[in-house]
Amino acid sequence: MKHLIKITIIALIAVSFTSCNNSARPNYQYMPNMYESVGYEAYQESNAFANGVEAQLPVDGSIPRGYTPFEYSSDVSGYNLAKAELVSPLDSTQFDEPRAKELYTIYCGICHGNKGNGQGNLVKREKILGVPSYDDAGRAINVGSIYHVMYYGKNSMGSYANFLSEEERWQVVAYVMKLKGDLEK
Amino acid sequence: MKKSYQSLEVNSIYNMKQVIHRKLSSNYLRLSLIFLLTFSTSIFAQDGDPVVGKSLFNANCIACHKLDKKMTGPALRKVESRLADSEGLDREWFYKWIKNSAGLIKSGDAYANKIYNEYNGAAMSAFPTLTNADIDNILAYTATEPTVAPPPPGPIDGGGSSTSQEGGISNKLILGALGVLFALLAGALFLVNKTLRNFADAKGVALTETKRTPIWKAFVQNQFLIFVTVIGLLLASAYFVYGFFMQVGVNQGYQPVQPIHYSHRIHAGDNGIDCKYCHSSARVSKHSGIPSLNVCMNCHKSIYEVAPKTQAEGLAEYGVDYNAEIKELYKAVGWDDAEQKYTGKSSPVKWIQIHKLPDFAYFNHSQHVVVGGIECQTCHGPIEEMEIVSQHAPLTMGWCINCHRKTDVKVKDNAYYTKIHEQLSKKYGVENLTAAQMGGLECGKCHY
Repeated sequence: MKHLIKITIIALIAVSFTSCNNSARPNYQYMPNMYESVGYEAYQESNAFANGVEAQLPVDGSIPRGYTPFEYSSDVSGYNLAKAELVSPLDSTQFDEPRAKELYTIYCGICHGNKGNGQGNLVKREKILGVPSYDDAGRAINVGSIYHVMYYGKNSMGSYANFLSEEERWQVVAYVMKLKGDLEK
Repeated sequence: MKKSYQSLEVNSIYNMKQVIHRKLSSNYLRLSLIFLLTFSTSIFAQDGDPVVGKSLFNANCIACHKLDKKMTGPALRKVESRLADSEGLDREWFYKWIKNSAGLIKSGDAYANKIYNEYNGAAMSAFPTLTNADIDNILAYTATEPTVAPPPPGPIDGGGSSTSQEGGISNKLILGALGVLFALLAGALFLVNKTLRNFADAKGVALTETKRTPIWKAFVQNQFLIFVTVIGLLLASAYFVYGFFMQVGVNQGYQPVQPIHYSHRIHAGDNGIDCKYCHSSARVSKHSGIPSLNVCMNCHKSIYEVAPKTQAEGLAEYGVDYNAEIKELYKAVGWDDAEQKYTGKSSPVKWIQIHKLPDFAYFNHSQHVVVGGIECQTCHGPIEEMEIVSQHAPLTMGWCINCHRKTDVKVKDNAYYTKIHEQLSKKYGVENLTAAQMGGLECGKCHY
């Protein structure tokens, strides 16, 4: 009987140790007021705003410093206008090909293929289908239309305006044009 | 011509999903149409070949149209008979619409304008390269009956679950067998003891049960042993207390359950999506941002369900219904999958932060990812294999310092470092500078 009690006590202690070890809960903090920021952190919840989050969109009509508004509308007429008249602010000397290639590989190559032939990894694995090649004659993309599509998205493609800065977008546009040229060779 | 045959053969190998050579294949199609017309009387002249139509459909149309589901454009199953019934449109209309939809809209065609406005002026690309025969084939493909939903991949599913069950059974069998063996052994020993005692009784040998001092009393009487034990206990408790205090605030292995199950294994591992695709702000800011839901929707606008094999794998191995999780995403972002538009009713997802540095330590992702060129996996571990992410590194100061001491700074092709590198390598007399030698151990670099 005594043995039984001893064994139960040891078992209980062991169980209590293992039950404390829960990987889905964060560990204790020593002095939390040094760990937790007093100021707002990114993505923090906050009751300062009506929608309960700290991250807010800029006020309508305000323009951040160093930011150029994009004047073309997101619909077909904007697309056609951009295709007709929009040109890149970068000249050939400002085209930084290694960087543009890196950006292209991260953001575009996964669907459009690293050669721009519409055979990215997601297409090869049949997750996303119907990605056109850049040399598609029916679409006949140019600098303006590429930038417009990158900015607003088109059909199944989403907007990439929040992934890349304005300058980076133009670098990628230049790289897409280079790929298009290579495909048409 | 030979080339087109080859390309078609290759295409048919890839489930007829990639046709780039529109013109080449259309030549082949024309030939095949002639062939059909010559040798078959039962086939109607206008009826195309659904098989060829499928490959054309997958090459040209599938980016915007699905057969049974509204996408960027309307669902196309039986579109011809449907429109013939409701709008009285003939095939000539389809030829005009597909080859140049904008022209048809401009000409004032009633239905063309109606469908154009219904889809908010999203114009359909013109396909001047498609011939009438191509369009016949495509329409023939759209007229096919829906294949009955393929039976769930039985062999994969059954195989997977049965193997896991077998594993469980065999483990239990082994354990059970061992248990029985031990019970038998114990019983045997007990029996041996009993028979020996019986023998002793029978032979008249008196078993002398010597009265021994119990071991704990002997222990208490030996002062040296007590001294050693006390020292040992003190050392052991010091070790454990120190260990306990050192792990306070360290979250290595922290693995919370997120509100929407997201598998890094599938996205970063199987599909090979770059980390910086979703965590794009790791390139340019202190934070490696948690992607907003529009980033998810870049792909999941088209990918509304996972492959049956992936789904079966998720259910069997991880107990996760991936399709239900995609529905959760749609709910959070306010995407109406049936109507293919945003409802505007979105709710933020309360993701749980896993890697969290205390407020008194400064860390900048872009400095490490872009300038340092460090792989994400160096600190975050094999993320691309994790179904549920857990914290890989301890994220303690000692861990940071160790890496700064060991890692050589990449000064090559970085004009910013050229001069300072020359000076410092002269000072330390080394060829490669570590981050520590560049000042990576100064308190103020991270604590201010």
